[in-house]
Amino acid sequence: MIKKRAMILVSNDPESIRLGANEIVQHLNESLTAYGLQDEVDVSTVSDIGNSNILPLVAVYPEAVIYGPVKTSDVRYLVEEHLYKGRIVNDLLAPPKMLTGQIGWLRGHKGYNPAEQRIVLERAGRIDPDNIEDYISANGYEALGKVLGEMTPESVIDLVEKSGLQGRGGAGFPAGRKWKLVRAAQGNKKYIVCNADESEPGTFKDRIVLEGDPHVIIESMAIAAYAIGADEGYIYIRGEYGLAYRRLEKAILQAREFGFLGEKIFGTEFNFNIHIHAGAGAYVCGEETALLESLEGRRGEPRSRPPYPVTKGLWNKPTSVNNVETLANIPAIVRNGAEWYRSIGTPSSPGTKVYTIMGNVNFSGVIEVPMGVTLREVINIYAKGMKPGSTLKLAQTGGSSGSIIPAVLQDTPMDFESFRKAGVSLGSGALLICDQYTCIVDLVKVLLQFFRFESCGKCTPCRIGTQRAYEIVTRISKGQGKLEELDTLLVLASEMERASNCGLGQTATVPIRDMLKHFRTEVEAHIRSGSCPTGVCEMVQEVEKI
Amino acid sequence: MIAPLIESEVAAIVREAIKEHGIQRDALIPILSEINHKLGYIPGEAFREMRKQLHDPARQAYIAESQLYGLASFYDMLSTKSRGRHVIKFCENAPCHVVGGKAIWDGLRETLGLENGETTPDDKWTLVTTSCLGLCSVGPVVLIDEDMYGNVTPEQISKILDHYE
Repeated sequence: MIKKRAMILVSNDPESIRLGANEIVQHLNESLTAYGLQDEVDVSTVSDIGNSNILPLVAVYPEAVIYGPVKTSDVRYLVEEHLYKGRIVNDLLAPPKMLTGQIGWLRGHKGYNPAEQRIVLERAGRIDPDNIEDYISANGYEALGKVLGEMTPESVIDLVEKSGLQGRGGAGFPAGRKWKLVRAAQGNKKYIVCNADESEPGTFKDRIVLEGDPHVIIESMAIAAYAIGADEGYIYIRGEYGLAYRRLEKAILQAREFGFLGEKIFGTEFNFNIHIHAGAGAYVCGEETALLESLEGRRGEPRSRPPYPVTKGLWNKPTSVNNVETLANIPAIVRNGAEWYRSIGTPSSPGTKVYTIMGNVNFSGVIEVPMGVTLREVINIYAKGMKPGSTLKLAQTGGSSGSIIPAVLQDTPMDFESFRKAGVSLGSGALLICDQYTCIVDLVKVLLQFFRFESCGKCTPCRIGTQRAYEIVTRISKGQGKLEELDTLLVLASEMERASNCGLGQTATVPIRDMLKHFRTEVEAHIRSGSCPTGVCEMVQEVEKI
Repeated sequence: MIAPLIESEVAAIVREAIKEHGIQRDALIPILSEINHKLGYIPGEAFREMRKQLHDPARQAYIAESQLYGLASFYDMLSTKSRGRHVIKFCENAPCHVVGGKAIWDGLRETLGLENGETTPDDKWTLVTTSCLGLCSVGPVVLIDEDMYGNVTPEQISKILDHYE
């Protein structure tokens, strides 16, 4: 790698591009040339670095000075002052209050303040995702070398099991056990599939990894393939993630060129290749058997289980389907060991969790914190509190099928075990924070609209159940509901949970149950007095067809 | 994209897509996506062409048009109906909804005079809702063709639409 004196990173998430990030890059290059600095300073782009209020951002390394929001007209002055004269431009500095914890302003030990601790997002936003050398110089492919050179497949599985890593796609299934099952399954041909069909509303953690650090997925998949005995892998990525697709495509080409994919990797007998497959827009394809159907060129309708993919998966071969975030933990575990991983998080849920924060808070974006952090901590520390004039009414964790948590439960530690005990689901890590102006009926109506639209229609309980529930809640939102319909909702819910074929129908009922469990008075007010306490729902006198 | 389709053109597009993605079963969705991308939607002729061109007695491969239509109608990014020159997709999910999404949806409908799924008489705009696009930290989000707009306010709507010919 050529030695450079400084490196400039410009955010190029869609919002930054809209605000002129591409023009900023162009101006930077022009100004650097004008000052004769073009060979000393590298200009590169990074995807979303976890902030959205002060875009576009320009970060200058090695000082790690962050400027934002930057206008094209600022660029020449910035280059002259900072890079030519070596003075930091105070006027353009991003306000520290608006920055995320990745600057390292919180302590990182257990028992102290919750710190943002990056394993999954260690490199995202810090390296040039299009450059494999950047990844390699940040310990990239070291874990793969260690695995192929020093470890047997069994010892890799053993290590992942000992680390206690649980699947981060929502279900929390132990990753090591899944690999063990695939390894033990009969058959010569096996597959590793990376589930990058991130469609859960409010979730974009995987996009940040894929766009910012694509090589970590390639490295992890190669390690997984070695462990389970596969020589072929697929990344199923949702069709909407165009940038991530292009980054992965490029990363795979580079990995092949460098010999991390292909034949005889690291001079061993291990061969491995990866294909990328883009989805075409269907939420249900995040369910692993629907994903496999779609990968095989069919409608994404979930299969009946058993058999599970670990024995009969892609083209009926044993297959391990792992989420992006789960995989992104693997290289760090291999490098640092299971003990190190277990020192982070809680005993029953080791490691970190990536959350996406949104709603009526001051900071929305992505954070990675140890398991066990509470909602109150997330809101007050990472989200910089509620918006002025807002107080917390409820939060929904884990996307559309996630639990709706009233403000009184905000001190429950967020880890698999504590949430399970509290009857709450952690899901995908989306945290939708809502204030007092949110109407529970209106919110659940929007969630049910989503489910009735995304239900694949294969099984009756889900297809009809989501539609009927939507109709009832819509009637309530118009002041036309009846009290006995609340019982009907609960009957529908238990039927859907019992009889639906996949997780979509089984968990679409969570918002309904939580609405009636925590906010029944508010729902009944719509029915009894025909009015919406928050004034959100428009009451309609006449009965109309939905 | 709106010009009347010539059958030989459709055939050529299908041929090209098959050449790139192959004739295996798992190539069907990529082929359909490509046709959709090039034509803006998947016309009936394209299903016919795909059936014909994928037909391979040597491999005992035969795919019915109904199967292809079944695929195209299942996936939200594929359209079997012709659409306007520009397609506006509005995210209707909860994260965008709680930060003011409804006002944007109402604004779009009023400005364009369209309901969900409709196209303007001059074939310029098609308005549809979509599920989460993964840009939730900048909601409400509107996607026009391949351009993302985040933190949209009702006042910005007409200004954003003015960008498009």
